[in-house]
Amino acid sequence: MAASSRAQVLRLYRALLRESQRFTAYGYRTYAIRRIRDAFRENKHLKDSEEIQTLVNKARTNLEIIHRQVTIGQLYSTQKLVIESPENRDNLII
Amino acid sequence: MFSLERFHAHCGFPDFFSCATVSSVVGKFYLSPLLRILSFLSLVLAGQLSLQCIFFPPLEKGHGEESVLRPLYMDVQATTPLDPRVLDSMLPYLMHYYGNPHSRTHAYGWESESAMERARQQVASLIGADPREIIFTSGATESNNLAIKGVARFYKSRKKHIITTQTEHKCVLDSCRYLETEGFRVTYLPVKRNGLIDLKELENALQPDTSLVSIMTVNNEIGVKQPISDIGQICSSHKVFFHTDAAQAVGKIPMDVNDMKIDLMSISGHKIYGPKGVGAIYVRRRPRVRLEPLQSGGGQERGMRSGTVPTPLAVGLGAACEVSQQEMEYDYKRISVLADRLVTKIMTEIPDVVMNGDPEHHYPGCINLSFAYVEGESLLMALKDVALSSGSACTSASLEPSYVLRAIGTDEDLAHSSIRFGIGRFTTEEEVDYTVQKCIQHVKRLREMSPLWEMVQDGVDLKSIKWTQH
Repeated sequence: MAASSRAQVLRLYRALLRESQRFTAYGYRTYAIRRIRDAFRENKHLKDSEEIQTLVNKARTNLEIIHRQVTIGQLYSTQKLVIESPENRDNLII
Repeated sequence: MFSLERFHAHCGFPDFFSCATVSSVVGKFYLSPLLRILSFLSLVLAGQLSLQCIFFPPLEKGHGEESVLRPLYMDVQATTPLDPRVLDSMLPYLMHYYGNPHSRTHAYGWESESAMERARQQVASLIGADPREIIFTSGATESNNLAIKGVARFYKSRKKHIITTQTEHKCVLDSCRYLETEGFRVTYLPVKRNGLIDLKELENALQPDTSLVSIMTVNNEIGVKQPISDIGQICSSHKVFFHTDAAQAVGKIPMDVNDMKIDLMSISGHKIYGPKGVGAIYVRRRPRVRLEPLQSGGGQERGMRSGTVPTPLAVGLGAACEVSQQEMEYDYKRISVLADRLVTKIMTEIPDVVMNGDPEHHYPGCINLSFAYVEGESLLMALKDVALSSGSACTSASLEPSYVLRAIGTDEDLAHSSIRFGIGRFTTEEEVDYTVQKCIQHVKRLREMSPLWEMVQDGVDLKSIKWTQH
């Protein structure tokens, strides 16, 4: 298998973010999106193809985990948090 | 208003059954037991009821539109949500791989045992220990009991003295009090105003027959970090066992049992984004720490804790430890930034706010603030959209102010007005901003109503007032 190209990594990144958006729980959703962005940003300078491959494999495993947990969250969903309602968000003056 | 449609949808009822009469009668008096039984009977007679519908869907009683939405969670010292990666690792062992890890004769037992051993390795590598030194328990309370009572009783023929501090968790203090009835002597070290112990006092308290020193790493109420490496050094030079309750510290700050010379350590699962009902105790093997088990039985866990090890929970604990090890640096940086933001914003907006605990030797995710001239309970009630606590969960039922705050010398009135803010892995900047805004708003409002605040504004020194007796 050829080493992961830039396009593949970007596709994986977008898939991870898209899947994380589907979390019903506010905390999990925000954490997943934030962590994915920060992790990819942190490692964007890497040149060693082996390192990149390990990270890509890790990302693929995490994508599967996120997918399963998103589904479970949707099966057992509950009410939203106070902060997710639009009026409460607009009221934040700080 | 309670929604009958949602109840029916939950039970899988067809919608036509929500006839007006039943809905109006039942919906209005839903919480009355008599009418609940009547509705149940009517549904049974209609032949539509499936037995799962006896339990009502988990809706909280709405007092207004605002409380239909769930409050923000800012109480991570009480417990933490499960990390999705932890739940993902636990589920197979809750569904398919349900074998008893101590069954030696079949594949179900073998796969369960290998999962348990993998979890043990994950816990051990987080604290720099050997997997053989980790014993799974039901939580940090059991671990603390095992450490204190177990070690004290094993060495009781020659060593009858134990040292602990006044700010320890209730389970440690209670275990020590229990041992006093068994004939042991216990020294409860006082703490300085900043919450740290005095190392000289500790050294002076050591006696030739001291068997154990028990001091927690990070306090769950004020977030103070004790100088564990120094304490470990003192204890090992005097050949006294050192136990630390690291429930709030493990996975959040780097811990190494060999660098810090720790002999026993308590770990709690649900403080590090793992499941509730599981914990671990680290018991050093070189030099060997012996302890008398609390639970007798089949000799599982090296004879120190008999009973079937709950594989799914142990796997969850292991996964939580592994995730924490990977995320420690990232989480610590983020939590420090958010904690700074919270404290700075509150302290610049409102005067007379005191942070309890040393500002330097402090875990940033646990912030305990005292708001002068405001009653703590009323502030908590006002901040109903945020899940907060004043003091720890184990003391919140009583009306007394926290003993930890009393130990650090906080004035009675400031101790009553303290709130603990917890910031964790899943806390967002938005949540912190919302909490800060609501807190400032309500503190200002409550102070406006307070006659004490009026007097302070007029320049009266409250300590000089002679309150009359009626």
